[in-house]
Amino acid sequence: MNWVNAILQGVMLGGIFAIAASGLSLVYGVMRIANLAHGDLMVLGGYVAAMSAISYGVPVVITIPVSMVVLGVVGWLVQRMVLDRALRLEEMTPILVTFGLSVIIPNVLVELFTNNSKPLSIGSLGTASLDLGGGLTVGWFPLITFVLAVVVLSALHVFLRRTQSGRILRATSDDPSTVRLMGVDSRRVYATATVIAFATVALAGTLYTMKQGGITPFEGRLTVLFAFEAVIIGGLGSVWGTLIGGITLGVAQAVGAEISPDLPLLVGHLVFLTVLAVRPQGILGRSSLA
Amino acid sequence: MSAVQQQDVPGATGAATTIAVSRGGPGARVGLGVAALLVVLLAALPYLMPPGTTSALVKLFYLITLASMWNMLAGYAGMVSIGQQAYIGLGAYGVFVVNDTGMNVWSGTVVVTLAIALIAWPVSYLAFRLRGGYFAVGTWVLAEVARLIVIRFDSLGAGQGRSLDSITEDPLLRRAYTYWLALAVMVVAVLTVYGVLRSRFGLDMQATRDEEVAAQSLGVQVTRAKRLVFILTAAGCAAAGAVICISSLGVADPDAIFGVQYSAFMIFMVVIGGIGTVEGPVVGALLYFILDEYLSQSGVWYLVVLGVAAIVIALYLPRGLWGTFAHRTGFAVFAIRHRVTARS
Repeated sequence: MNWVNAILQGVMLGGIFAIAASGLSLVYGVMRIANLAHGDLMVLGGYVAAMSAISYGVPVVITIPVSMVVLGVVGWLVQRMVLDRALRLEEMTPILVTFGLSVIIPNVLVELFTNNSKPLSIGSLGTASLDLGGGLTVGWFPLITFVLAVVVLSALHVFLRRTQSGRILRATSDDPSTVRLMGVDSRRVYATATVIAFATVALAGTLYTMKQGGITPFEGRLTVLFAFEAVIIGGLGSVWGTLIGGITLGVAQAVGAEISPDLPLLVGHLVFLTVLAVRPQGILGRSSLA
Repeated sequence: MSAVQQQDVPGATGAATTIAVSRGGPGARVGLGVAALLVVLLAALPYLMPPGTTSALVKLFYLITLASMWNMLAGYAGMVSIGQQAYIGLGAYGVFVVNDTGMNVWSGTVVVTLAIALIAWPVSYLAFRLRGGYFAVGTWVLAEVARLIVIRFDSLGAGQGRSLDSITEDPLLRRAYTYWLALAVMVVAVLTVYGVLRSRFGLDMQATRDEEVAAQSLGVQVTRAKRLVFILTAAGCAAAGAVICISSLGVADPDAIFGVQYSAFMIFMVVIGGIGTVEGPVVGALLYFILDEYLSQSGVWYLVVLGVAAIVIALYLPRGLWGTFAHRTGFAVFAIRHRVTARS
């Protein structure tokens, strides 16, 4: 039963990875930017949530929308001040710029809030679990996280499929110059994608912080790899692939942890490299967005 | 340095226009001469200076090596890696392996460098599955895997690091040898970059970077050129890693030697100095070395400043300091470009 439980835990963990990965995939699809600061933005989202609870007494549930709104605004600013310009320069400029952000963010966090963990406690919800019978249990919080992941990814899917903005985003992903010829302001399209990505990564970061019970500045260096791995395992540009990628990575880590407590990272990375070697387009690999 | 080829081309008016293709120029001749003199002077330094000075310079030398390697990879071959710390770490740990077999660490560095090049070869097949930003993250994952595997070996100190204790020479000689090793690694690294870029491979690489599809359709063996650069830069980073290990008498912390901050420093040095020039990384490394000497005490704000500076330069001075200077004046110590002049 331990193994089944481990796999179940992994599936639940995969939900957080999938939420983080969806924004990464969206931004890459629309702008061809691989945002290397994505993990640090996730941590930043966690910090906004934790600090709003600590300093302003915001109720824990409300820290989620607070963090999403704050990061959404940050995303708009970053897009307008930095990424729009980077996109007009060379192919590697966005990579350099987002890597620069990934150096800045954790070091600013250290300077402001020290290296110590900033707690964000969800109280008894953290330990409450649902007994599925036969020795199988699943925590309420992981279950909520996973349901949230499915809801967020479904919403993103519907947005991309059924709304005008979503169609424009997908069209930009396929052929940006034609979209511009149609009279669409590409800066607005880019800003939309980035704001969505920053808001979703804030959600992922807040949930991650709640799951861990707190957050420290440099955890983005791990989470950025998880998010990218989830995208590539699932297949670039596929919303549901992202979920499958997140779950695969989550299960790999949980199974690794079941084998030995120092193995989850290595097993996760090795599964990623295996997918890369055997099926580089990812499990649900397609070339276009959604 | 200025091999001039001449060719007669029929001009539009029917009169023959002579096109001269040249490389270098006075800047290259004087600059290379000065650079050679400087290397000779640096080689003599252990006889002239107190050991403290040479120890500080070891750091400058490996920084220049690392920056030159990253520049060849990203600036000339267009592969932005943030995982070169894999080879730095493996090079550092490789020193323990050769040292345990009884080989001295100086000739051991050569063996380690070659061994890491051999490891990088199959790794390139995996890394080349990805491109652009995903290639960057892929290399980072590979570095993490290298770290996670290395710390599983108890003989390598597990997660605690290990000290290099079997260098028995007297400290003065040890310092001098370490210094010469670092200097030699740097000179070989910079000359390799220069040599590769002047060769046909260099042209292949730059064509690939600028327009991969067009290069391929003209018969450039794109993947072969990229793979060669990938392996060469891995070897260079491994040599630098060995120098780091020897100069600090071991590895204090595996997380640091395999740390992504090495990539941050490499990117900073190359972007500030001038990406896609041979001299730029040297200038950037020098600048970073001075900044580091004076500002690293001021805590982490210093890293924030480095990050901001890299972003600002990447956005507003994309050629970097040396690159902008060279572009305005046409001056180059290491002449790589061909210059075409028409005379009628």
